[in-house]
Amino acid sequence: MTEVYMPQTPEALWEMMDARPDAVLYAGGTDVLVHRRAGLIQPRCLICLERMQGWDAIQEEPEGVWIGALATHSRIAEHEGISKRIPVLVQAVSSIGSVQIRHMGTLGGNICTASPAGDSLPALTVLEAEVELARRGSVRRVPVEQFINGPGKTDRKAGEALSRIWVPWPKGPAISRYCKVGRRQAMACAVVSLAAMVSLTQDNRISEARLAWGSVGPRVVRDGRLEGALAGKPYNSRSFQAVFPLVEEAISPIDDIRASAAYRIAASKNLLLHVCGQGP
Amino acid sequence: MIVEFSLNGQAVREDVAPDMRAVDLLRERLGLSGTKEGCGSGECGACTILVDGHSRLSCLMLAAQLEGRNVITIEGLGTEKAPHTLQEAFTTHGAVQCGYCTPGMILSAADLLAAKPAPTRDDIRKGIAGNICRCTGYVNIVEAIYQASRSLRGEKP
Repeated sequence: MTEVYMPQTPEALWEMMDARPDAVLYAGGTDVLVHRRAGLIQPRCLICLERMQGWDAIQEEPEGVWIGALATHSRIAEHEGISKRIPVLVQAVSSIGSVQIRHMGTLGGNICTASPAGDSLPALTVLEAEVELARRGSVRRVPVEQFINGPGKTDRKAGEALSRIWVPWPKGPAISRYCKVGRRQAMACAVVSLAAMVSLTQDNRISEARLAWGSVGPRVVRDGRLEGALAGKPYNSRSFQAVFPLVEEAISPIDDIRASAAYRIAASKNLLLHVCGQGP
Repeated sequence: MIVEFSLNGQAVREDVAPDMRAVDLLRERLGLSGTKEGCGSGECGACTILVDGHSRLSCLMLAAQLEGRNVITIEGLGTEKAPHTLQEAFTTHGAVQCGYCTPGMILSAADLLAAKPAPTRDDIRKGIAGNICRCTGYVNIVEAIYQASRSLRGEKP
């Protein structure tokens, strides 16, 4: 039988984590409890974080927003300030699972699961978001891009918990979008996904392009050379088509049950046109 | 461990194993078999319940997580004698075939109508995207929810 704890305060959490270093932390349960039922993990001890007071808070600041790790996808999507200023994140979390899954799953959970297909990850990457890792007596901040090391692997150390996520307000990009290709509309893992934030100059040139693909490598793919090649180019579909060879170089997709690598390469390029080429 | 919560308006107090799932507490212990288990992994929506008014999957919650919550299952939404408008609409529109997905489908619809009392048919399709039906093909289900939303707003059918 698995022991289950539901701490409400950081102090109680640190005590339980000290006492049970083998404990598995979970928030919404939409991954951990599925893996447990499938026999992929057999935790002797579970720590459910859903009662942690204040860890679901969404706090707007002048320079950005702190999103509590326990904030659910539906609460983030409904948040007025985030909806207005960070469409790419709202579109990403709104594409996760189903209504029920979005009522349960949390942003912190989506990050810590570190799935190559995790929908929030490309969005958080172009936003240059940071995670805050708390432990007894101290916190540290790490860019989301560096926090994830590979499928299911993060830089979270023993004794640490992801407490909140810092998302700097984007400076009004013309394009702030997330789109994914899946086997079906709902309840589908991304076969390829793309988060894009593109800023334009007054004479309709690309001043900055931030692009992050999901599901086409062990981690989210963001490529400085590709983004640099777009800077200064006229904003039209030809400019995006011109970087297709760089897209193919940057990604490293595999054949799996959902799609072939060849399909993912084609879809990665087409998504770039679809997301960025349809006008601001 | 002891778990106390409100179930369909009544206080419940049960001594459960720490890792018992919510769906097992409802079905096996409390005898409320209206909540179905389909896939057991969060993909089919048959086990949907309302927790503090929001649709959740009882197969992906431990019973311990119900502590202090207000839980509504299909049995609490309406009764045979006094069915909820959604339950009535599902029968009049032929939205039920084998019936296994129906409780979850209706509770997802209840969650949707609480947030959006005047949904379009497209809103309804998105609202029930996490509930899989393998018999009817959804057309009558969407129609039943649409007509129920009209009835609940006091509009004539």
